[in-house]
Amino acid sequence: MWESLFFWVFGSLAGFLALAVVIFKNPVHSAVALIGNLFCMAALFVLLQAHFLAAMQVLVYAGAVLVLFLFVIMLLNLKPHELGDAKQTAAKIAGIIVLVWVGFRILVHVAGVSGEGFEPVGDEYGTIEAVGELLFGQYMLAFEVASVLLLTAILGAVAIAKKKLW
Amino acid sequence: MMIGLHHYLVLSAILFLVGVAGVMLRRNALILLMSVELMLNAANLALLGFARQFGDHTGHGLAIFVMTVAAAEAAVGLALVLAMFRHRATVNVDEIRLLKG
Repeated sequence: MWESLFFWVFGSLAGFLALAVVIFKNPVHSAVALIGNLFCMAALFVLLQAHFLAAMQVLVYAGAVLVLFLFVIMLLNLKPHELGDAKQTAAKIAGIIVLVWVGFRILVHVAGVSGEGFEPVGDEYGTIEAVGELLFGQYMLAFEVASVLLLTAILGAVAIAKKKLW
Repeated sequence: MMIGLHHYLVLSAILFLVGVAGVMLRRNALILLMSVELMLNAANLALLGFARQFGDHTGHGLAIFVMTVAAAEAAVGLALVLAMFRHRATVNVDEIRLLKG
């Protein structure tokens, strides 16, 4: 009962905030809407018993990535005429047509999945311990490669954004 | 009506499509990057839904890797936007169409 109430509340909120991200003209407004959307997603993760992932969602996305977005938006300090959304009706119509087609295909596929409730899972499901055992056991190599990827991304971001490297 | 995998998958598809709409209809590079984040999050929701359905943790591990890649992508993407703005004083991706610097 409560689960379905929370699903509908947070699901619809996440949908509307996602729409707001796309619709708002000002990037700051979009970024704030995206923060709201990510919090709603974290709530949905909790409903899916993914407690550790929900905490990571708030820490990594809302805490780090969105702050980075807001920093860059403020750093650029765009004037209204620099926002870069010129009227291109033909391109937009083409985009909408493709979107409707792709959306129809995806939703037809997804709607075919049977709609029964979830089986109950044990208390240990979705905890740090369970996810950690997976990451540091079976997926150790992938985990280490991810850290190399992050290091590369840091170096790449500095190299690209800096005016003069040396 | 019980909430099942079905509901999460439809929600995930809708969020993904909103992200695709953002990439296709907006020309502001910052909003494009945010739409990509929306799409990655929708994929995470589907992964966690499947993980819950099968009572298996593999989806959680994959979702963590998706988050890692999203963070790396955001950092590099925003650096590119900064460099582009410094060079051309625009964030409109349609105006950036030369391979020449």
